[in-house]
Amino acid sequence: MSQVIVGFPTTLTYYLHYPMWKVFFSELGCKVETSPMTNKKILDEGVKETVTDACVPIKLYHGHAVALKDKVDYLFIPRMVNVDSDKNITFCPKFLGLPDMIKASIPNLPKIISPSLDRKSGHYYLYKACREIGRQLEKPASLIFRAYRRAVSIQKKFEKIMVQNKLNPVEGIDYLFNSGSCSERPDADLNIAVLGYPYQIYDPYISANLMSWLENHKVRTWTMEMVDYSQLQKYSGKLKKKLFWHFSNKVVWACYHYLDQPHIDGIIHVTAFSCGPDAMVDKLVELECKQRNFPFLSLMIDEQTGEGGVTTRLEAFTDMIRYRREQQG
Amino acid sequence: MKISFPRMGNSYIGFKHLCEGLGFEVVVPPSLTQKTITYGARYSPEFACMPFKVLTGTYVEVLEKGADVIISSGGIGPCRAGFYGVLHEKILKDIGYDFKFIVVDPPMANLKDFYNNVLFLKPRNLKWGSFLKKVRTAWKMLTALDGLDMLVAQRRAYELKKGDTQKAFETAVSYIDSAETYKEVVEAETEGRKLIERVPCDETRKPLRVGIVGEIYVVIEPFMNMDIERRLGEMGVITHRSIYVTTYVRHTIWDRKAEDYIKDAARPYLKQMVGGHGINSVGETVLYGKDNYDGVVQLAPFTCIPEIVARSILPKVSRDYDIPVLTLHIDEQTGETGVQTRLEAFLDLLREKQKVLGECS
Repeated sequence: MSQVIVGFPTTLTYYLHYPMWKVFFSELGCKVETSPMTNKKILDEGVKETVTDACVPIKLYHGHAVALKDKVDYLFIPRMVNVDSDKNITFCPKFLGLPDMIKASIPNLPKIISPSLDRKSGHYYLYKACREIGRQLEKPASLIFRAYRRAVSIQKKFEKIMVQNKLNPVEGIDYLFNSGSCSERPDADLNIAVLGYPYQIYDPYISANLMSWLENHKVRTWTMEMVDYSQLQKYSGKLKKKLFWHFSNKVVWACYHYLDQPHIDGIIHVTAFSCGPDAMVDKLVELECKQRNFPFLSLMIDEQTGEGGVTTRLEAFTDMIRYRREQQG
Repeated sequence: MKISFPRMGNSYIGFKHLCEGLGFEVVVPPSLTQKTITYGARYSPEFACMPFKVLTGTYVEVLEKGADVIISSGGIGPCRAGFYGVLHEKILKDIGYDFKFIVVDPPMANLKDFYNNVLFLKPRNLKWGSFLKKVRTAWKMLTALDGLDMLVAQRRAYELKKGDTQKAFETAVSYIDSAETYKEVVEAETEGRKLIERVPCDETRKPLRVGIVGEIYVVIEPFMNMDIERRLGEMGVITHRSIYVTTYVRHTIWDRKAEDYIKDAARPYLKQMVGGHGINSVGETVLYGKDNYDGVVQLAPFTCIPEIVARSILPKVSRDYDIPVLTLHIDEQTGETGVQTRLEAFLDLLREKQKVLGECS
């Protein structure tokens, strides 16, 4: 029997859980096939398959699913429900309904693996999800358990190296599976916190090469993955009510965190066109920065993102910060 | 202290009577106009959903009229509506208004907060017994208003002279508005119902039946949906919806299993609660399909997350149950003519379908 191929779209949870699932499926004896990095074709396919008013990341996900569907035996679409200790923090409704949306909108799909990751279902929620997948693939229980153990340990390592070495998820995944080392960072005279969802800021196509532009222009970027989650949670009481979405909370808390760090010179919030939670997050971050008189740029990315528009705004923003620094002596 | 609250259909009548009965001065939220929307769009984030913007606009209007306490509802997510309160307060204070903002969350989310909010509303010298009595009267008023709404949605399609039912409905609402005690509310309701039932009708008609699903605010507030129920009714259609202010409150607070049958109906298509009324839109469409309704109209505010999820699933439901679904997105620019044209086209399609099916059988 040939090896079973499981498709993993290179977006959304890729940046959060890829190492874990990669190891898990490999241990089960499956091959993990990722879609290519976002490109024009994927975006166009996504736009075609998705309802018009969905946000860009969801359209991209549809595009990635289309890119994978004919190459794989199974398509892996985890249903992210709750991964926080706080039971009320879930994910954007579009994440919650994602497997159902994909099933309803894309024709001729391969079989779908969509376990629910729901911490509310008990302490061993992750094992339950793994067991469900293992059973669907008809693997023996002992193998599933061993794969689960390896998957969890690599995930912990992944999260640790990102915090320790100040890596972003893309570098972290590269560190784990390819290089085993991290590259030297170029010199920088500015430190800017780039806040936003990992599937937007680390996707070079949709973010118009935002991160590398900054690195190439003597800016050191700081993101929310570089801060330990427990460190972020200290800021959870800042708002009267926590936000309901995992990633959005991280963005808001990371904003408070970086505002308290003296070495940070400015904050960029990257948000996607028609992102629901971000309508709230962006305003919160904006008001907070306004109150503290802190340099802030809100950068919206959409299906049309051209590099020109983004770089002009980044140039203006970094110039403004450098000018301000000169003025203050 | 001047109290105010958001406007949603005719429910303001019940809330007004409750607050006045408790001895507060009330700033009645003005009926929604283009001005409300302009204010809302100016101060809200661009991609906030339509209800958020309309509420921002309403709050600005009532604050301008001198309100210094605003009461609103909360929620537990993952729909954005549960977070409205926090952001509205920040935005309005940033504009420079000084006021107290009370967000009433469901009691099971935070019992202490709920109790404190009740204590704030209950005047010290008022006995608990009479406080509860006043709440009961207001609740009766709200159910009576919803009952009238349900009745006219059934009756409009039969009226002989277009607009008569609406006139009778408005008079009936004014009866309820002028009632004071529980007994008077009951009497007003009975009188109102009689008035509506007495409108001359042609009972031989066989009207189309259309279900209305979607996000609660745009479904309930006629200004948001271009008065779709009346519009359809006067085009000879019986409409049905399951979202009303009182059913919503009942189903979120004490009768929490009441909507399980809708969720069960949605399960083959959507397994997960997605907040708001997303799962209801899917489940209700399935049920309307099973019930042989002629069509379904989905009302969704622009960028509403749960309704986008529902919308991408509805075409599949529509195919499986052979029930046409029309999705209307509501935003700042929604114009009356656009809605009217689309509804007319939709109804033509439904009538044609009915005719073809009739010939076949």
